[in-house]
Amino acid sequence: MTQTEQAPDRQISGAELRLENVVKRYPGQKVAAVDSLSLTIPAGEIVAFVGPSGCGKTTSLKMLNRLIEPTSGTILLDGKDISQESATSLRRKIGYVIQGGSLFPHLTVAANVAVVPKMLGWDKKRITERTDELLDLVGLDPDRYRDRYPRELSGGQQQRVGVARGLAADPPVILMDEPFGAVDPITRQRLQDELISIQRELRKTIVCVTHDIDEAIKLGDRILILQEGARIAQYDTPDAILAAPANDFVADFVGAGSTLKQLSLARVRSLDLRHPTTARVGDDTGPAVRQAEEAGDDAIVVIDSRDRPVAWPWLRQVRHHDTVQSSPRENLVTLDEAATLNDALDTMLTAAHSKVIVTGDRDKYLGVLDFETVTEHMRKTEREAVEHQHELEEQEQEAVSADG
Amino acid sequence: MWDFISERGDIIAYNALQHANLVLQAVFVATIVAVGIAVLVDRFQFLDPVANTVSAIGLTIPSFALVGLLLPLTMIGALTAFICVAFYATLPILRNAVVGFAQVDKTLIESARGMGMSDLGVLLRVRLPLAWPVIHAGVRTSVQMSMGIAAIAAYVLGPGLGGYIFTGLTQAGGVNAVNYALVGTVGIVLVALVADLLMLLLGRVTISKGIRA
Repeated sequence: MTQTEQAPDRQISGAELRLENVVKRYPGQKVAAVDSLSLTIPAGEIVAFVGPSGCGKTTSLKMLNRLIEPTSGTILLDGKDISQESATSLRRKIGYVIQGGSLFPHLTVAANVAVVPKMLGWDKKRITERTDELLDLVGLDPDRYRDRYPRELSGGQQQRVGVARGLAADPPVILMDEPFGAVDPITRQRLQDELISIQRELRKTIVCVTHDIDEAIKLGDRILILQEGARIAQYDTPDAILAAPANDFVADFVGAGSTLKQLSLARVRSLDLRHPTTARVGDDTGPAVRQAEEAGDDAIVVIDSRDRPVAWPWLRQVRHHDTVQSSPRENLVTLDEAATLNDALDTMLTAAHSKVIVTGDRDKYLGVLDFETVTEHMRKTEREAVEHQHELEEQEQEAVSADG
Repeated sequence: MWDFISERGDIIAYNALQHANLVLQAVFVATIVAVGIAVLVDRFQFLDPVANTVSAIGLTIPSFALVGLLLPLTMIGALTAFICVAFYATLPILRNAVVGFAQVDKTLIESARGMGMSDLGVLLRVRLPLAWPVIHAGVRTSVQMSMGIAAIAAYVLGPGLGGYIFTGLTQAGGVNAVNYALVGTVGIVLVALVADLLMLLLGRVTISKGIRA
């Protein structure tokens, strides 16, 4: 929702999904796994399915690409009943990304990404171009990675390739099942950032199953909270759910009410960024160092020809060389502007600087966020919350005394 | 000994090639049959114990006995030898193929289906390549085993080096008896070594670098 407002110029390439009274009952089980689920997933939005394990969220997801056939009910993709089409041709129009990337270990990175385009009969040249484009999109240098095998990649890189594979044939809908469940927290946060950044560009319809409410709040334009039997506990935007949980189940589940939870709602882009000295790869270090000294910076942000930050050396490191040096971009930890303050704090805690570089679309450099700005924002939020609480209490007291 | 070999050099080489030829053809057919059966076993899980029992019992049938049993049906000659070798060759491959298919990660299969691969596509592009290292190991074992079986099958005048061994046995005590037996035995060992080397190369070429040990 918020993204629609911020990027009205972007073309929505997603399609609407509608579920009508969808039921899944496994033979021999008394209780239906999914009991009459009706739901509309708007085109171009990320909807996160969350709920306790066994609530039917994964079953619901798998019915969308017919890996599981519903017992009854209708699912419409772009207004058309998906059961009218062959399962294989339907699935080729729906990207599927699962935990750990689930790459085929016997195929190279490029061949993994090319699986669906190949089935669709694209010609070789188009497939090669598309593969390189996608690897670049998910932040992997095609020249370095296209011919590698999955086992030569880290968990996070495998997951990136998994996302690229899901996007390969440019499907309007992408299903993700616990996509970032198998990686460490820092990598997970980067992958989430990248997904948000990619989504800003592509505007697909993405359905993402997760058990992690923080992930749902961060990624979801809307969140679907499910109870057992895939009964809808609440289906709304993250802000609305945190502000007004529909019932105790939701309130418990999201941990609403805590000020710290607000950290996962506030995005880095809503805070003021600082703009320290920057230099381009290959520039002379002399002027850059002087500029930094004048501005009182102790480090320089190095950006490449495509405006992407590649390194963040201290001034004393810069002085060692005549020209500004590059370094592999993967080694630099950055934050997407859509990252939450939660992520920002996490990143600062593990980084060498008590600041973090913030990037936008295609990893373009935006500025630097420092610890003080974040803490200041937190204090402000807390003050407001306390004042709000006081107001409520005063109103209550007035009401009580009025009654008396 | 040396004279014995040099006098018969051409014919020994010819028989060695015939021996290799019989084994390779039989193993080739056996591989296709075994993989085919393994696909069925993988599809219908209740067949799994059946396949296991058959391959276990099958290997206990003395090859000499099988040759005898086949004789009334297929007469003396290369066909009987071929069937006999192929039968035994199938068993280790079948066992490995069943294990190989069972080892393929189920989530990979689901993710392949989720991307819109047909059942045949999943078999040819995911399950077979991933099970192949294990199947290939079975084929390699099978080639080695078949070298010996093919020698026995020579009893019904099948092609190959086995004939020398039988000649050696029937002429026991004769001038060339030991020579015959040695040429047959050593010849088979040499053919087996070369074949194993070729199988190793086949593995290098056909097993994806991404899953090679």
